[in-house]
Amino acid sequence: MSPPYETHEHDVLIIGAGGAGLRAAIEALAQGVRVGLVCKSLLGKAHTVMAEGGIAAAMGNVDKSDDWRIHFRDTMRGGKFLNDWRMAQLHAQEAPERVRELEQWGALFDRTDDGQILQRAFGGHTFKRLCHVGDRTGLELIRTLQDRGVQQGIDVYMECTITRLLKDGDRMAGAFGYWREQGRFVTFKAKSIVIATGGIGKAWKITSNSWEYTADGMALAYEAGAELLDMEFVQFHPTGMVWPPGVQGLLVTEAVRGEGGVLRNRNGERFMEKYDPKRMELSTRDVVARAIYTEVKEGRGSEHGGAYLNISHQPPEYVKKKLPSMYHQFKELADVDITTGPMEVGPTCHYMMGGIRVAAETGQSTVGGLFAAGEAAAGLHGANRLGGNSLSDLVVFGKRAGKAAADHAKSVSQGALDAAQLLDAEREMLAPFERTDGEFPYEIHRDLQETMQSLVGIFRTEDDLQKALGQLEKLKSRLQRVRADGSRMFNPGWHLTRDLRSMLLISEAVTRSALARRESRGAHSRIDYPNSDDLWGKKNNVIVKRDGEMDREERPVSEIPAELQQILAENK
Amino acid sequence: MEPHSESAEIGAAEEAVLRVFRGGVDGKAVDYTVPVAPGMVVLDALHSIQGHQSPDLAVRWNCKAGKCGSCSAEVNGRPRLTCKTRLDSLPLDQPITVSPLKAFPIIKDLVTDVSWNYQVNKRIPAFQPKAGGEWKMYQRDVDRVQEFRKCIECFLCQDVCHVLRDHSKHESFGGPRFFVRSAGLEMHPLDSVSRTKLLKDELGIGLCNITKCCTEVCPEEIHITDNAIIPLKERIVDEFYDPLTMLFRKIGRG
Repeated sequence: MSPPYETHEHDVLIIGAGGAGLRAAIEALAQGVRVGLVCKSLLGKAHTVMAEGGIAAAMGNVDKSDDWRIHFRDTMRGGKFLNDWRMAQLHAQEAPERVRELEQWGALFDRTDDGQILQRAFGGHTFKRLCHVGDRTGLELIRTLQDRGVQQGIDVYMECTITRLLKDGDRMAGAFGYWREQGRFVTFKAKSIVIATGGIGKAWKITSNSWEYTADGMALAYEAGAELLDMEFVQFHPTGMVWPPGVQGLLVTEAVRGEGGVLRNRNGERFMEKYDPKRMELSTRDVVARAIYTEVKEGRGSEHGGAYLNISHQPPEYVKKKLPSMYHQFKELADVDITTGPMEVGPTCHYMMGGIRVAAETGQSTVGGLFAAGEAAAGLHGANRLGGNSLSDLVVFGKRAGKAAADHAKSVSQGALDAAQLLDAEREMLAPFERTDGEFPYEIHRDLQETMQSLVGIFRTEDDLQKALGQLEKLKSRLQRVRADGSRMFNPGWHLTRDLRSMLLISEAVTRSALARRESRGAHSRIDYPNSDDLWGKKNNVIVKRDGEMDREERPVSEIPAELQQILAENK
Repeated sequence: MEPHSESAEIGAAEEAVLRVFRGGVDGKAVDYTVPVAPGMVVLDALHSIQGHQSPDLAVRWNCKAGKCGSCSAEVNGRPRLTCKTRLDSLPLDQPITVSPLKAFPIIKDLVTDVSWNYQVNKRIPAFQPKAGGEWKMYQRDVDRVQEFRKCIECFLCQDVCHVLRDHSKHESFGGPRFFVRSAGLEMHPLDSVSRTKLLKDELGIGLCNITKCCTEVCPEEIHITDNAIIPLKERIVDEFYDPLTMLFRKIGRG
């Protein structure tokens, strides 16, 4: 039977219109298939727009000795060798070409004196490697891809949320969702689906992430039977704003440190000397975040509980030119002039290293016809992501997933949509309106954020994580009785009832994985297991749904081939 | 007003009243009282209303950092990003009015239908690099284009522009946002397409009488009128209205 909903048919349906989704869409279209792109917000507003510092690619424009091998090695070292080595290799090899392509599509990066793309230093990168546009590189990337995609003829479904992946047997057949504006339901038929929905930062209280970051794609994939990988690795960016309260967590780009910014505690000590004397402020994010956290915890924090980050030793015009949005952000929101005085900064939940487990070459998940790319996918970054490696991840693996999804679509027929699945999806969405005595979702969301912030944060313990699991159970049962008020017309409270389900589910995956990994590695720090453990260094955590329950297992990290081992062993 | 003891420098009032437009075409303003925290912005206040008083209050937002341009509204009658409008910059002894953008059809509360902008954008020919050109560009040449590419598509310039706001010329006028976008393409050092005919005939740039309202509301401080619109108008004059060129064109056609 044909469903009674508005239905659209495409060969490839892409969920999420940030850098990865747009790049996948452009590539799939280039392969000659029909492409639909669904996004929760207006086009061009996705989280990619907030990326500031740059896109990492070993172009060698500034430091001539850079090449992909060194980028590969930096990425693997940053990720504490839990990375999928093949992804790290492909990423390092293909990033320069993807950057040149952006330029050919109209992106305008900052220039070197001899007219090439300028590159800046960043944490964990051996050479000056980040191509950038001041501190608004993400905007340049998304606008370039957006214009390219629209001109090429992608069908875009804006302000549309997918709540269910539809299967025909064990393969993808389509997706079900609602229009945010009118609240009407809509279905999509597709042979391949690419998930490019980003991360889960909104489950934490102090976060640099936007409202969209509710783990939708990871949850959809999990429910459809896909495996999730490395879920314990959540990146806390060392520098978010800490004052005033309304802006707590707002990102302060690593480019401040890349351009020479210095961190000090309340006693004026340049404390990074204690934590990483060699790399100092340009150490990896996990190290700098823990350092700031420790300084504050031990009573050496700044006035509002952070650290002082100072760039005012650079000429004011240089600061305004290279860090324009930081200049305005602090001036307008915190009454601080960063050209004359320090910023106050502290850790903020920023990025999910874990995500949907995919094949390196194709972005294919463990479910037929289901692909993933960008932050929603896992593998490239291992236990800790280097700054600048996210934007390059989006375009390298977005393109690969788009190609593979198109190839897959060409090789299969369209699956049938199952009326029972659709009915169930609809029932789930309407239930909150039928309850008259439940609580509204905002309260549950606040409690989830408190739980994840205080119990599953930068430093973790067995006790806290167990407590978190207990809290998550309680939140889940409260969610069973959640209620929505008003009509289905653009109703954020109603939307949140569904987003919360994804956040709770994936928060549980994070907590269970964190509980299992009894060691400290990269972004995962256990107070009760402060050292790294060689055995755990050879294992990834995998989360999968079995018999309706969340199951976890350990998988060996795949063996790195000898020639790459050699690159990793070189000391430089 | 008694200042908070530890936050005398930022935010002083205890409470603020927000007079928020609610509903659709026949909607009306509703007053909400919200507690004020130091450094609070209008978007924080709207979130407070959502979280504690009216869960179905419709408002677009994403980054809350002035980077995505989603949370545009009219605060005390002026087009603003609500995420960058501090409460302590407004007189709190009277209600703060928050209304949807006037130049676009209302959907609900503070959310308007801005899809027209995306339709206009589609009509602008994409960047087309000169064939065989070398990919070298110098900072002095990209500086002016980078100014245009700072645009976050908040559509505040579209909202304030009288050609759209008061005269509803959406059919024949592209609006400041798309003049900025066109300027970014036209002035790209390696671009090879001309968009002047489109700007003249279809996007109606001639309707702009350079009152600079758009420049005044731009949160990215792009000099829309001086750096984008006026140079484009000059190009059009050079190309279509220059007496010598017109003469040559006539002879050519003759």
